[in-house]
Amino acid sequence: MINPRCEVRAGFIPLVDCAPLVAACELGFAEAEGVKLTLSRETSWATVRDKLAVSHFDAAHILAPMPVAANLGLGPLPTPMVVPMALGTGANSIAVSTALWRSLSRHMQSNDFDATAAIDALANVVENRADRLPQLQLGIVHPHSAHHYELAYWLASRGIMPGRDVDLIVVPPSLMPAALASGHIDGFCAGEPWGTVAANDGAGVILTTNAHIWRNSPEKVLGVRAAWAEQNPDCVEALVRAVYRAAEWCDQSENQDELARLLTQDCYVAQSIELIRPCLARRLKAGDGTLHPIEGFLSFASNAATFPWTSQALWFYSQMVRWGQALPGEAAELVARKTYRPDIYRSALKPLGIAIPSANAKVEGTLQGPTPVGSTSGHLRLGPDTFFDNKVFDPDRLSAYIAGFSGRES
Amino acid sequence: MHLIRGPRLVIFVRRTQDAAMSEQPLHILIIDENRIRASIIEDGLSGPGDVRVTVLPDTTQLLRRIVEIDPDVIFIDLENPNRDVLEHMFEVSRAVKRPIAMFVEHSDQASIEAAIEAGVSAYVVDGLKKERVRSILETAMIRFKAFERLKRELEDAKTQLADRKVIEKAKAILIKTRGLSEPDAYALLRKTAMNQNRRMAEIADSLVLAAGLLGGEEGK
Repeated sequence: MINPRCEVRAGFIPLVDCAPLVAACELGFAEAEGVKLTLSRETSWATVRDKLAVSHFDAAHILAPMPVAANLGLGPLPTPMVVPMALGTGANSIAVSTALWRSLSRHMQSNDFDATAAIDALANVVENRADRLPQLQLGIVHPHSAHHYELAYWLASRGIMPGRDVDLIVVPPSLMPAALASGHIDGFCAGEPWGTVAANDGAGVILTTNAHIWRNSPEKVLGVRAAWAEQNPDCVEALVRAVYRAAEWCDQSENQDELARLLTQDCYVAQSIELIRPCLARRLKAGDGTLHPIEGFLSFASNAATFPWTSQALWFYSQMVRWGQALPGEAAELVARKTYRPDIYRSALKPLGIAIPSANAKVEGTLQGPTPVGSTSGHLRLGPDTFFDNKVFDPDRLSAYIAGFSGRES
Repeated sequence: MHLIRGPRLVIFVRRTQDAAMSEQPLHILIIDENRIRASIIEDGLSGPGDVRVTVLPDTTQLLRRIVEIDPDVIFIDLENPNRDVLEHMFEVSRAVKRPIAMFVEHSDQASIEAAIEAGVSAYVVDGLKKERVRSILETAMIRFKAFERLKRELEDAKTQLADRKVIEKAKAILIKTRGLSEPDAYALLRKTAMNQNRRMAEIADSLVLAAGLLGGEEGK
């Protein structure tokens, strides 16, 4: 690259789903778009956001709800952000300690990560937990994370209220396996490879995955500082094209070995190939110690996994309201909706001639299987998007959806 | 000369505005697994007896420890993964206000402006000498207080404007439905607010809402 048109500094957290940024940087996808991409490995989501805020970064691999939270003014240093694309779906799991697993397995017939069987068993254990025992402690990575909202959604479906019946506490992902092994937490929900690390160490057992709670659910996004995006619209589009190409590459099974080798490096995920490969192969270790393939566990690009659905930003907002983090209101709803920018996505990817969804939002939870949908060109199929409890989220009926939850009973 | 390398972040936590004015010594918590670095900060902060410093090198069960220690100010390394644990604390206790100071090795004008814009109270380039820790802390606190006061004044002004609007509306409803004069309508609102020990705007709000529910044009 002789004369890059754009210089982009981006932060990431060492997790498997940072792969598209890593591939864009290492394999020439960024260069091909005239983008000089510099990546910086960070250790906390707070630092990623703060470095965006003080313009040390222009863009970042960030938890999908964080830009929504930032634009709503939640949390420290809430910096206006736009989300021109998503960084894939899935790759999260819920792991529990071996002790909790023993109690749970007494109430479970099967052992196939089924979210309904798992929550029924957990409800049974929580109800019958002796008074003298402290409440179960479950680790989440950040209050504004898909992990938090999906875990709480799953728990509350059987009346297990966070705060009242179990404690949700924040633990950095890399410290989850150790916290589980030492008994500080009884379970956690985190991105790969941390579920696999806990399962391989013998610290815990993978109980279910976020893909079983909400199929093809959003996870990380490309968060871009709004001021930078405004000043550099061409760079944002070039970056989106580069990362999209990289995500397509990451999704191809013949590239799994090379991708695993890339991620294993110290400057990226810094975990062994054995811990990264299973996730890339869409397999997880089950309670019986064998690796099970999981359909739809992880998608980097297929099924429109990079499309920033405004309905998903609104689902996160609905959960922020449900758990008392944000206030309900039309103005806030609009802020959440406008955080995700399918218009930038379309404009950036138009030259590639790929199939892009025609709609900005969808009714979440209605697609039972792969479904052809309206798109700009060619054929586009979306993956299933059902919630494990078969509830449906219509973004146009947000208040009714929120009112449908029994609310916070702590 | 002691220099702390790399970007650093400091988070200050004040319980309430009153605490800022109180005579209590400032309780400062330093979270750092690097004991040498922690002791540099500790040395820089300890002076005449108006501060108390606690160092926490072990970060297991951090949230519980912070609740026990209950500090006014927290220093934490920007690279410490437990920063996300602190975020959780801010989340559960929204009343906690925090000036933030950032220490960076090198920077440009745009970064400094962005930092100030984002609400960082002190942005210090070129590392951190122990002699400067205390003055940086003081600068950050002063700027934070000034910023908070401005924000509060703005919020108060906004609230007052909204209050006045709703009171005007409620008065109009009383004048129309009960045939009261304007001063009488106002006096009735005031009397009700005093009896119920609520703000006048709240009473006015309930009245406007009720009128709307009862189908009167006035509530709209």
